[in-house]
Amino acid sequence: MTRFIAPLFLVVFALVPLGLKDPYLLNALIITGILTICAMSLNLLLGFTGQLSLGHVAFFGIGAYVSALTALGFDVSLPFGLRITHEGGAPLVGFVLAVALTGLCGYLIGRLSFRVRGAYFVIVTISFAEVVRLVALNWVELTQGPLALTAIPNMVLPVPGLGDVALRSKMQNYYLVLAVAAVSYLVIARLVASRFGRAMRGLKENESLALSLGINATRTLTVAATLSAAMAGAAGSLYAHYIRIIDPDVFLFSYTVTMVIMVVSGGKGTLAGPLVGGILFGLLPVALRPVMAPEAQWIVYGAILIAILFLMPRGIVPALESLALRLRPAPEAKSAAKPAEAGANP
Amino acid sequence: MSTHMSTPMSQPAGTAILTVEHVGMRFGGLTAIADLHFDVHEGEIVSLIGPNGAGKTTAFNIMTGFLKPTQGRVLFRGQDLSQTRPNEIARLGLARTFQRTSVFADDTVRDNVLIGLHRHGDVALLDRLFPTPRGRRAEAAVRERADAILDLVGLATRAGEKAGSLSYGEQRLVGFALALAVEPKMLLLDEPVSGMNASETQGFVRLIRKVRDEGVTILLVEHDMPMVMEVSDRIVCLNYGRLIAEGPPAAIRSDPKVIEAYLGKSAAKLEHKEPVHA
Repeated sequence: MTRFIAPLFLVVFALVPLGLKDPYLLNALIITGILTICAMSLNLLLGFTGQLSLGHVAFFGIGAYVSALTALGFDVSLPFGLRITHEGGAPLVGFVLAVALTGLCGYLIGRLSFRVRGAYFVIVTISFAEVVRLVALNWVELTQGPLALTAIPNMVLPVPGLGDVALRSKMQNYYLVLAVAAVSYLVIARLVASRFGRAMRGLKENESLALSLGINATRTLTVAATLSAAMAGAAGSLYAHYIRIIDPDVFLFSYTVTMVIMVVSGGKGTLAGPLVGGILFGLLPVALRPVMAPEAQWIVYGAILIAILFLMPRGIVPALESLALRLRPAPEAKSAAKPAEAGANP
Repeated sequence: MSTHMSTPMSQPAGTAILTVEHVGMRFGGLTAIADLHFDVHEGEIVSLIGPNGAGKTTAFNIMTGFLKPTQGRVLFRGQDLSQTRPNEIARLGLARTFQRTSVFADDTVRDNVLIGLHRHGDVALLDRLFPTPRGRRAEAAVRERADAILDLVGLATRAGEKAGSLSYGEQRLVGFALALAVEPKMLLLDEPVSGMNASETQGFVRLIRKVRDEGVTILLVEHDMPMVMEVSDRIVCLNYGRLIAEGPPAAIRSDPKVIEAYLGKSAAKLEHKEPVHA
């Protein structure tokens, strides 16, 4: 049943802008979509390998800065009289570079920390995000520091027959985000169903056994970290070219927390989980805004989060799955539902 | 092979596939294994026996790279395993099962074997991300192979069930199927029949013989003495981390040192097949 969630979301969200002309809501949907891509990328690590990256925002922010600087150009002097000047280029090149460089960052972090893993990986990722934030804040020559990078050009896509099209309207950006989200989802879905996905599952469930079967733990986790970081970097690039102004606040820890909330509430280790969690917690503030005062909004937001984790500790999607199993009258459903229940309270 | 040996210490014909060379293992002040030295030859079924705490599982962990010996070395097909990690040792063709945690409990039996077939069906990243003919062929071949292994061990009817929901004896079989999925040249089995009833044990004995006849060398640790005596070509006996006897079952059964260390104290217990847990 849950395997229909993603195609259903794709169809619904492809149709939404046709009936929705409110730019405020469209903006909320775009930001939600970008954060949902981040949540999906975090889920690849947290859900499928069991490794918690608490610095995931670093990849998002690096992606945003790399893409913005590639488009805007920069002129920095380095030690030993070196000087790098870049004239500014196509945003699409920025997007590709953002994906490549954040992927490289993910690879390096993975290489460094996956020999020991667990808490060590959590600490390395938190520190990495904080260090990158400080660099963005203080390397004023490159990043403008707290003054922010402004006037970042919109994404420009080559369209056959029309030449290069700058995505200036919200509608265009909306569909770009939707397309990147769909591609990210497909990549993760294919990976998880493949031999590589089985290796990740094996390592998460029983590492010694997985090793004894010839699965290379360091390499598997490093590949997962690389892909996860690259996806978050892609989201960062989309963000930079949509919002068109970025400052070191793109590295705020609260973004990471939002991603973790989206993944955990939706159901980590499930394909549809980050989609459900991402859209729920992305749009919740929008839904609460007209009906209550700002202070009350966050209290309700927290209360809903606690209620979800309390009632559905494994997340919304796994809870729906076991509900579907219980409702199905087929005789095999009973035997299949039992281990699922047992698994809920290990 | 090698059923006509005159003295317990004589070696059977054939080349050594695994050589344990003067291996010692100390954990702080505790000597788990001292100067362990023996060979396993291609095509043999060898059992490693000894009372609880004799160092059998430690020896397995050293042979499969989970522990690094503090002395000596292990050679597999002539290659020194001292600096080799567990996953690389599996790739060399030396697979193992575990005493306790032996399955991926949350996955179906078929998915377990598919995880075990990790070494097979490796395709390029592009074939993994897109449904290319090559990627699809590789995946189909791996699934076929998984079903063949499940048929062999007799778990075909359980393929769709979660491994964690099977009986303990069946879970041992899943663990064995996982090790077979590595397509090993040699298998190390850590108490494979513990938790199995008598008829399951008989079935398992037939199964290891079949696997051996297909060219897989087998070294097993087991407390079920009737099973060990029935299946082994040769037995290596440890006590307090030291090798105290080595030879064919008949010689081991009557070896005074073995009887004193092991069978003497608990022979009656073992005859009644009371389960012994490490």
